[in-house]
Amino acid sequence: MRGIEVLFLGNNMLRLLEGLWVTVRLALVSIGLSLILGSALGAAMTLKNRAVKIITRVYLEIIRIMPQLVFLFIVFFGVTKLTGANLSGETSAVIVFTLWGTAEVGDLVRSAFGAIPKHQFESGMSLGLSKPQLYLFVIFPQALRGLVPNIINLSMRMIMTTALVSLIGVTEVLKVGKQIIDANRFDYPNAAIWVYAAIFLLYFLICFPLSLISRRLAKRGADK
Amino acid sequence: MNFLKKIGAVISAAVLALSLAACSGTESGSGNSGSGSGNGNFRTIDEIKSEGKITIGVFSDKMPFGYVDNNGEYQGYDVYFAKRIAQDLNTELELVPVEAASRVEFLQTGKVDIILANFTVTDERAKQVDFALPYMKVALGVVSPDSAVITSADELNGKTLIVVKGTTAETYFTENYPDVKLQKYDEYNEAYSALQDGRGDAFSTDNTEVLAWAMSNPGFTVGIESLGSIDAIAPAVTKGNTELLDWLNEEIKALGEEQFFHADYDATLASVYGDTVDKNNLVVEGGEM
Repeated sequence: MRGIEVLFLGNNMLRLLEGLWVTVRLALVSIGLSLILGSALGAAMTLKNRAVKIITRVYLEIIRIMPQLVFLFIVFFGVTKLTGANLSGETSAVIVFTLWGTAEVGDLVRSAFGAIPKHQFESGMSLGLSKPQLYLFVIFPQALRGLVPNIINLSMRMIMTTALVSLIGVTEVLKVGKQIIDANRFDYPNAAIWVYAAIFLLYFLICFPLSLISRRLAKRGADK
Repeated sequence: MNFLKKIGAVISAAVLALSLAACSGTESGSGNSGSGSGNGNFRTIDEIKSEGKITIGVFSDKMPFGYVDNNGEYQGYDVYFAKRIAQDLNTELELVPVEAASRVEFLQTGKVDIILANFTVTDERAKQVDFALPYMKVALGVVSPDSAVITSADELNGKTLIVVKGTTAETYFTENYPDVKLQKYDEYNEAYSALQDGRGDAFSTDNTEVLAWAMSNPGFTVGIESLGSIDAIAPAVTKGNTELLDWLNEEIKALGEEQFFHADYDATLASVYGDTVDKNNLVVEGGEM
């Protein structure tokens, strides 16, 4: 067990939790913004307009091809080099994760609406529902059911990808862990395993409830 | 799908308008910052002083040069120097955690004024950033068991030396001491185990590395503390920031008179490398190697 005491030295535990809060905060803000912008993008993607289709397609492909790390460097350093505007590490991270999330959410929204059979629209209309009623009571509930598990899945991927932000000077939970391991590498050479175990537990505590919710929602969707 | 299409059209128009507004916003912003210094990429000493804060990039997980201790405070040889720089400029100090891979970019974009992150001077890097006078140096060291301490490289002829593949130690001994039998390992911990098991007579790599290891492993001594070509470690500023560069060089010369870096060694490195080490093998005073 030698090494586990490192977690309780000084205020190491508090620092890990603070790091976790940075991780969660980044993911929450990015997901929130992605949901708003992504819904708009998804709606735009259902348009039959050719130009809109091409632009959204190109945007989606660029975001998906580009590794998030490269993207972070481009926004954090590239924007400053080009314009002189100095973005903070956290702002850059939110921009990158929001651009990524918007693309993913947009595509999910598009496919969720695309997956609704045409007869749902037609049956709703033939019942005499107005357009807003049709969407509010028939289409949105069905689209949402398929959407929520996917959004939660994306959130979890985002939480784990935030570990990259330490490269642009933002200290999140994994970086705090590395700092603790390094500061004690002579006194507690075996601390690494315990610190990583603690970080694993913290990620698990955040992601497991999300995973449970996602599974329950998916099951409820299947039952109906 | 008409209703949805309309929503889509309205929202996409709104997003487009917003993004255009955002773009024009940043453009005017950059105009302002550009006019401040004539070059938006670095700050002059006057700008640093008037803003009351100097930003210095340090490592946050490279004990004992730059690290964060268990109380969340920055410590280390580089940090000790950074604190002195802020004190002598009479400004506050903001330490920015940097990674080895992004040190050059942090300077090129002016996100930090100075990098003090165990930055080894190389020709390649000198094209991208401006290095000030060195404040530390690194060479090779050789560690061997107390029972048969190796104190000069010539003693190694005919003996077995442990090295790690791809390190400067491997190249140096291959080129300069062909009679030394090299035993090569992929990993540092394999090499150290080999030395502990007596599979070789000595082990060589960077002196900072072997000194720290010998400190925490009784029974072994660093018989050769400095060997081979010496690498300088120096502060770096954004390319072209000559004013700050000159100030740093004067600062390092002035600090040499009070033996500042020896004090820095005692405060930060002594606990890791030991007191018996000849400090002049690591510390550089007044920028004179």
